[in-house]
Parts: sequence; structure tokens; C-alpha cells
Amino acid sequence: MSEQLKLTALGETHRALGGKMVDFAGWEMPVQYTGLIPEHMAVRTAAGLFDVSHMGEIEVRGRDALRLMQLITCNDVAKLADRQIHYSGLMTEQGTFVDDILVHRLHVEHFFCCVNASNVDKDFAWFQQHAAGLEVEVLNSSSAYSQLALQGPKAVQILQTLTDFDLSTLKYYWCQPEIEFFGVKVFLTRTGYTGEDGFELYFAPEHTVAIWEGLMRAGKSEGLIPAGLGARNTLRLEAKMALYGHEIDDTTTPLEADLGWICKLSKGEFLGSDVLNRQKAEGLKRKLVGFEVDDRVPVRDGYPIRHNGQDLGTVTSGSPSPFLKKNIGLAYFPIELTEIGTAFHVLVRGREVPAHVVPTPFYKRAKG
Amino acid sequence: MSNYPDDCYYTKDHEWIRVTGDTGRVGITHYAQESLGDVVYVDLPKVGESYQSGDPFGSVESVKAVSELFIPVSGEIVEINGQLADAPELVNSSPYDEGWMVTVKFSNTGELDSLLSSTEYEDFIKEGKL
Repeated sequence: MSEQLKLTALGETHRALGGKMVDFAGWEMPVQYTGLIPEHMAVRTAAGLFDVSHMGEIEVRGRDALRLMQLITCNDVAKLADRQIHYSGLMTEQGTFVDDILVHRLHVEHFFCCVNASNVDKDFAWFQQHAAGLEVEVLNSSSAYSQLALQGPKAVQILQTLTDFDLSTLKYYWCQPEIEFFGVKVFLTRTGYTGEDGFELYFAPEHTVAIWEGLMRAGKSEGLIPAGLGARNTLRLEAKMALYGHEIDDTTTPLEADLGWICKLSKGEFLGSDVLNRQKAEGLKRKLVGFEVDDRVPVRDGYPIRHNGQDLGTVTSGSPSPFLKKNIGLAYFPIELTEIGTAFHVLVRGREVPAHVVPTPFYKRAKG
Repeated sequence: MSNYPDDCYYTKDHEWIRVTGDTGRVGITHYAQESLGDVVYVDLPKVGESYQSGDPFGSVESVKAVSELFIPVSGEIVEINGQLADAPELVNSSPYDEGWMVTVKFSNTGELDSLLSSTEYEDFIKEGKL
């Protein structure tokens, strides 16, 4: 007997909207409503609204909050100002990923971390384990928050009609606690997982339906539609944003994942920093690359990769790209094969399909 | 037009077959194309290949997923719809006509008796939805 799936506060709303529900990390979530392609395109050209309440939240408070965050994550938390956010890795002692997380500094003694749904319990235990002996309190506040993501070039216009707060002052990867929307206090962040401008809203779950419906009403004339996890995955892939369990896990380091920019070795010691320093000094043996398929057939996660008859592992994420109208993917390649243009094959149902390494991200929004 | 034309036989795997003499044209149903969403690729067998009823003979892909196609009756592939290589979206826009996939020459016409009629198929998918 399988475990009962968890429902977000919007379970009924998703069904009423025709959402096709699937099991995702133990949650029943909408994979699509009207269709993955129109939802994807709405986010690229107008706006989409995602229920991402399955995501976890872990808070760290106390005098040693900064110290704990510096110890267990690879980005330099000391560089964050109050209300600033960065992307980071929660590290194992081997310099690999326990998880990838967003770190929000509310103030020097209070950090708010957004973590993957599938990793909440593991992450929370890891935070707690390393908090031992420090003057710090670690809180798993995942059930205290619903999270909605309003994403797309029209997101700022839509949200601005609902608040007097001047959203042009809230820059990308900054946050604003306690802005009121529909009479509800919302923790508002200018972040997302789509490669577009946009916002994420965290608030108490009892207000979820009211906020979802209010946003949908406000955005209707701008082309806002509900978007599911299917579009979220193709959007993040086009933007080459890593997905835990696919591009990154506890066998991959941030350097191998082409995430050197979140790996601040100069900040001093942290979990796995010795391994990462060594890896940097000796040079990488493998690295994550993006590729395009030179065929109409899509390649998928897990398909085998071959180069001159030699097995190179498997595709970490692969899909048709709705915006670029090409078949794209990500995979780890030996460092000598990571050059742009390197030709190789992906095995699709026994057939060798040609592909080549391309620059990433596949898609980058024009800065407005 | 009905979503399930009554000149076709249906399978519980959501394929249809429309019979002319000793051959039948095969495709996927309205219900199947709607569940899949936008079709971006169709993988078809080669002319001359033979299959037993229920064998996978190809696959159809949306952005999200790959679904296998199962042949409703045993026989030999005598024709494939080459148009789908350039226009896989025909499976969505015209599942029973321009979106057909293969023509199969039966080795055993008796197998048609075990397939569903349009009303039986419609009842079958309604039950599935409950």
C-alpha cells in the first residue's frame, strides 16, 4: 500500500481548473492544466502562476546563525545584506550536494531557506546535526507556509496593481517581508525557477485559495494562466537550472555541476571545502554540459550517451524545448569532451541519435 | 462528428482500427491524444515488419512523456503515415483521419471480434474516469 499523498491547500482548485494531478515527491501536484506548451509559452511571453507549496522551508535563528550557514553551505553568506537572497548548495563532507537551496538573509540572526520537497527531512536533520553546540535554533517551518510563484515578463505589472509598495525597488534576488496582498501578510521574494523575471509569495496556508484566485483575477487581462510542474521543468531546463536528483545529488560537486559561481572557496573552511579546493587545484575530470539533438526525436532523462562507441553515462535531463523548438538536454561529460560543438550520440530505443555540445543556458531572457 | 466514430474498432490501450478488406488503418483515439497533450514526435515501424496483436509497434511523444503504441491485431505493416514525421500534431488535430499511423494486413481476421465497438470503448473510458 502506498503512502497517502499530501495535498496543498489548492487541491480542489487544481482539479476544478482541469489540472492533471501526479505524485511528485509525495505530493499530489498538477503537472499541467490546459497543456504544457501553452503554459510554458505563457511564462515566456506573459505570465504563469504555479502552486509550489510542496517546497520546504527551514529557518535558522540565533547568535550563531551566520556561523552555521557558513559552515554547511558553499556560497558566501557573509556577502548577503539584510533582505538579500542567494542560490547555494547544502554540502556534504565530501563537497557534494545534500540539496540545492535558496538562502534569504532576513537579518544577521535570521536566515530563511527554501529547500526541495523531497529533501526537507534530510536537510532539516543535517542543519540540526551541525547546529549542535552552536547558539542557534533550527526550525522546519514547511507546514507553516504555502508558496506561489508568479513568473513571466508581466509578473511585475500584475503584482503592482495589488500593492502600494513600489515593486521596482525590489531587485532580482531580494525580498520584502510582510507586504499585504488581499489583507494577508506575504513574504515576497523576487526569485523563480523559470529563467524569467517573477516573484515567489510565502504566506500562511489558510489564505492560499484567496491569494491564488486574487492573483488570477488581477492577471487575467495580461494573459496570466495557471501553470503546472510540467512547464516548470521545461522552463528551468531551458534556463539550465539544476534539478536535484537529476543534475545534482550527493555524488556531484558544485564545480562539476558548472556551479562554480556558488562555490566561494575564498570564504574559509566549510563542509567539503577541502575536497573542493583539491578538485579545483587538480582540475575537473568531468563537467555538466548542455546539448542539442540533431534529430526530431526527443531524448529523455536516463537515455545512454555514446562517444566513438564508448559509454559516457546518461542524460540527466532531456526534453523537447517548447520555446526553442529543439530537443535539448544536460549530461556529465569527461572534461576533454566538453568543448562546444563536440559531436556524440544518444541511444533512443536502440537507435544512435546524433547530438552536439552547445553553449548554455539554452535560453536567456532579454534584460528589460 | 463523434469523438469515437462507429466505423472503427477500439482497444483498451486507446488505439483504433478501421478495416477495409483484409487490411486496417491504425491510430490513437481522441481520448488518448487529449491525455497526451501536444504530440511532438511519432516513432513508427518499417513497412514489412510483422507483429502479434498487443505487441508494441512504435511510440508517440508529448513534451512530457513517451507512450508506447500497441497493435490491435496480428499482421504485417504494409504502409506508414510518412506525413507524421513533419507534422506530428496531426495526431492531435485529426486523430482518426490525417493522424493515422500504420496500415496492417491481418493474419487472422477473427481477432477483430475481441476488440471493442465505439459504444463499448466510450463506456470503458467513462468507467476509467469515475
